[in-house]
Amino acid sequence: MRSVMLSLLIVAVVWLCCPGTGLAVTLEEQAQLLASELRCPVCQNLSVGDSPSEMANQMRELVREKLKNGENPEQIRAYFVSRYGEWILLAPKRQGFNWVAWLLPFGAILGGVGVIGFVVRRSVSRSRAPGDAQLPPLDPRYASRLQAELKEWGQ
Amino acid sequence: MATWKKLIVPIAITPILLLLAYGFKTNPREVPSPLVGNSAPPFALSSFDGGTTGLEQLRGTAIVLNFWASWCFPACFEEAPALEAAWRAYKDRGVVVLGVDIQDREADAKAFIERFKLSFPNGPDPHGKISIDYGVYGVPETFFIDRGGKIHYKHVGALTKEILKAKIEEML
Amino acid sequence: MISTLGRFTMVLALGIALYGAIVSILGVRRRKPALIESGRGAVFAVFGLATFAVLLMEAALVGRDFSIQYVARNASLGTPLLYTVIALWGALEGSILLWIWILALMSLLAVVIEGRRNREAIPYATAVLLSISAFFLFLAAFPANPFAAIFPPPADGRGPNPLLQNHPLMAIHPPCLYAGYVGWSVPYAFAMAALMTGRLGEEWIRTVRRWSIVAWGFLTVGVILGGWWSYEVLGWGGYWAWDPVENASLLPWLTGTAFLHSIMIQERRKMLKVWNLALIITTFALTIFGTFLTRSGILSSVHAFSESTIGPMFLAFIGVILLVSFGLLVYRSDGLKAEGDLDSLVSRETAFLMNNLLLLGFAFAVFLGTLFPLISEAVRGVKVSVGEPFFNKVNVPIGLVLIFLMAIGPLIAWRRASLDSLRRNFSLPLLLAFLGTGVSSILGVRGLYPLLAFSLAMFAAATVIQEFARGVRARRQISGEGYLTALSNLTKRSRRRYGGLIVHLGVVLVVIGITASTVFRLEKEVSLKRGESMHLGRYQVRFDDLTAWQEAHRFVVQGTFTVLNANRQVAEMRPAKRFYPSEQQPIGTVDVRSTPREDLYLILSSFTQDGASATLKVLIRPLVMWIWIGGAVMALGALVAIWPDRRVLVAEPVKERVAWQPGRS
Repeated sequence: MRSVMLSLLIVAVVWLCCPGTGLAVTLEEQAQLLASELRCPVCQNLSVGDSPSEMANQMRELVREKLKNGENPEQIRAYFVSRYGEWILLAPKRQGFNWVAWLLPFGAILGGVGVIGFVVRRSVSRSRAPGDAQLPPLDPRYASRLQAELKEWGQ
Repeated sequence: MATWKKLIVPIAITPILLLLAYGFKTNPREVPSPLVGNSAPPFALSSFDGGTTGLEQLRGTAIVLNFWASWCFPACFEEAPALEAAWRAYKDRGVVVLGVDIQDREADAKAFIERFKLSFPNGPDPHGKISIDYGVYGVPETFFIDRGGKIHYKHVGALTKEILKAKIEEML
Repeated sequence: MISTLGRFTMVLALGIALYGAIVSILGVRRRKPALIESGRGAVFAVFGLATFAVLLMEAALVGRDFSIQYVARNASLGTPLLYTVIALWGALEGSILLWIWILALMSLLAVVIEGRRNREAIPYATAVLLSISAFFLFLAAFPANPFAAIFPPPADGRGPNPLLQNHPLMAIHPPCLYAGYVGWSVPYAFAMAALMTGRLGEEWIRTVRRWSIVAWGFLTVGVILGGWWSYEVLGWGGYWAWDPVENASLLPWLTGTAFLHSIMIQERRKMLKVWNLALIITTFALTIFGTFLTRSGILSSVHAFSESTIGPMFLAFIGVILLVSFGLLVYRSDGLKAEGDLDSLVSRETAFLMNNLLLLGFAFAVFLGTLFPLISEAVRGVKVSVGEPFFNKVNVPIGLVLIFLMAIGPLIAWRRASLDSLRRNFSLPLLLAFLGTGVSSILGVRGLYPLLAFSLAMFAAATVIQEFARGVRARRQISGEGYLTALSNLTKRSRRRYGGLIVHLGVVLVVIGITASTVFRLEKEVSLKRGESMHLGRYQVRFDDLTAWQEAHRFVVQGTFTVLNANRQVAEMRPAKRFYPSEQQPIGTVDVRSTPREDLYLILSSFTQDGASATLKVLIRPLVMWIWIGGAVMALGALVAIWPDRRVLVAEPVKERVAWQPGRS
């Protein structure tokens, strides 16, 4: 159990640390990916990539231009952060306090797996204790239902 | 019943409620600009009447850089007379008011300038270069750039005469 | 007149709701049937008054009575009738009125339907339901009075928000979503009644189960319709933006789904009693949290109503609900000990526990992400955004594991699954899943997540279909029925099981639709002169014409585009921009051509004033339609699961025996 959790944790960390731009190859793809990570300032919760607004249009153009000038995605993100603040990034940077948002859900799930594992094992050993083969008597509701079904099945 | 059981409910619930209550104090639309207190990004503005100006040329003067649009009603309509008045009052004291018209049609913008008889330089912002460089969210927004080229203050929403006066005086 | 009458109705209903809540409790405590009967009457009266108030508001809207502030703000002389009628839920005050009416209706149905079966619990449940009603009635009577008057009345009203009068889906999406939210009040009320009476046996579960499925079904439909509306109206080509309000509608859905699964463990094994009660309380609290987010303005959202002062009241209400409910749960926790034990790590029970854990983990990630901007501001003083890239990265892997569990859950035996049964149940689906992965990889699916999503969806679909096929085959062998008869009899025999499996099939369709439309989406934005064409995917889109005209309440500019596929004309599409006098920016109206294979989505971005050229954004999103179909299948599954079972009603003796149970308190 513990080894499973450990390996899950390693996978999670590796996956979180790998850069998100792995799949984008062409300049246009990179531009679209970058645009989808920036928040459109004049919209409500839309990315620059999705927004039909003129401001988002202009930002997309700017991203393309900057990529053509040889800037890398990291520099472009940094440029937008320097102008608009961290607010412009649709996913908080993975650093400092922001790790809380990134890791807490997985931490909670892994903790939950641990708790479930513990509870189930305890419960299983408790039920096995009085004698392995002995199962509790069948609930009468199911017994009668089962009989009724078997009868109908036979017809 | 164990004491921890009794306490667990309030302990779990209170932080969430406090957080949500804290939410009432903040305004999600108000995002502080990281530019305030830092040097203003350089810009070049070609005004509608043909002149050009920019941060370089205006070294040593205090600048009121106003972003507006003709479709921005009513806020831009409200502040236009105040801006014009401030320009007239302070232009001989080393202050320049500049208008950057964003996401607009030239004809509409010129009609707006005509309507409010704006005499300070106003120019378009092709491709949104200046507005993105200044981290503009919407219109109207106004940056007060001091003589040393540092951004002294950013105002979001319609300006009033009082705010203009106070902020310009601070820079002089 | 209407103003006074409406206000009076709200205040009267508030008084009756409070009275009913109090006498119900008094009646059961002091054993006075007359008082209980009076509490029951209050439910009827509140429903009658709420209906009257809704009708009154509709009369004011349709009659364009601009002396009512709500009408002046949300209707106008030029607004078409349909959008005038549905303006009832177009803004804050009216939406609370609709909420009150749905809650009153649900309360009435609950009291009438469950009244005979749950004599002991019903007065408490009535009191809880009436208390919830009282809260909303208080809002409608005082801070958010929909009937407030305005003087002097304007000559014409402002009309509804243009986004809300752009698509007929607006007529059904909010009522469905509200029914989904409000519906959870009923199971919550019965759960609270069980806690209050201390009768924590199995009766309340049976009551709660069916009402939960009803609420869950409405919520599912409401959420999916919300996506559809967003897709058709907001004009950015997507259906889910991880907007705070969208997230808020997903949260109770997730915890409610968890509840519907874990309740099965309690039914069969008499375990997880505290857990199930906690889930139902959480789900109900989250429905209130959702309305709180929409109406408080603490997070920016597309769907938020204009800011109002009722936020703190909602917060106080949430606080009271959480403290009282969980307090009661802790107080009763000694009577909620598990009576059964688990037999094996490999069992349906464990699968359900994991399913619960991941559903809650998913919900927790959504909750945390939604509130993280606030947390960050409170802790660091820095505003951050949490949007699609974050949720995709965090929630997609959790979602994939959930699909896996969804596939294996129904086929793992209760108690203990033997290796043999595992092999028998999963070998074929696994084979199909691998085959599917191979095929989708050949078809050009790249990347770990999309491949995983497709193969897991395939796996889940295969397990469901295998289960139906086996059942049908068995029936045919025994009874010689035709395929369809066998299928229908099979489903009738065990509605909940097969209804659930149908829901799973719907989820599979939704997953496939979301994955395909995200991974294979194509988009291009170009400026075209009249007569020019652009190509995207299989399509050629030609710009033919641009026309403009004035309508009663707006100015419309519409482009005409001919769509060709292999030089054959397949459609003529007309995306438009609509200019409303009350709005600064025009509202885009997209044109979507949906086929089972793919959607072609046209957005008119801009145009020159002489109409000679237009900028067009074209999107191709494959299999989007299957998301909506999947939603319908899920609703169908829920319907199958709750359809009244005639056999049980007839088999009265069986029911009698059911009443006796070893675990009954």
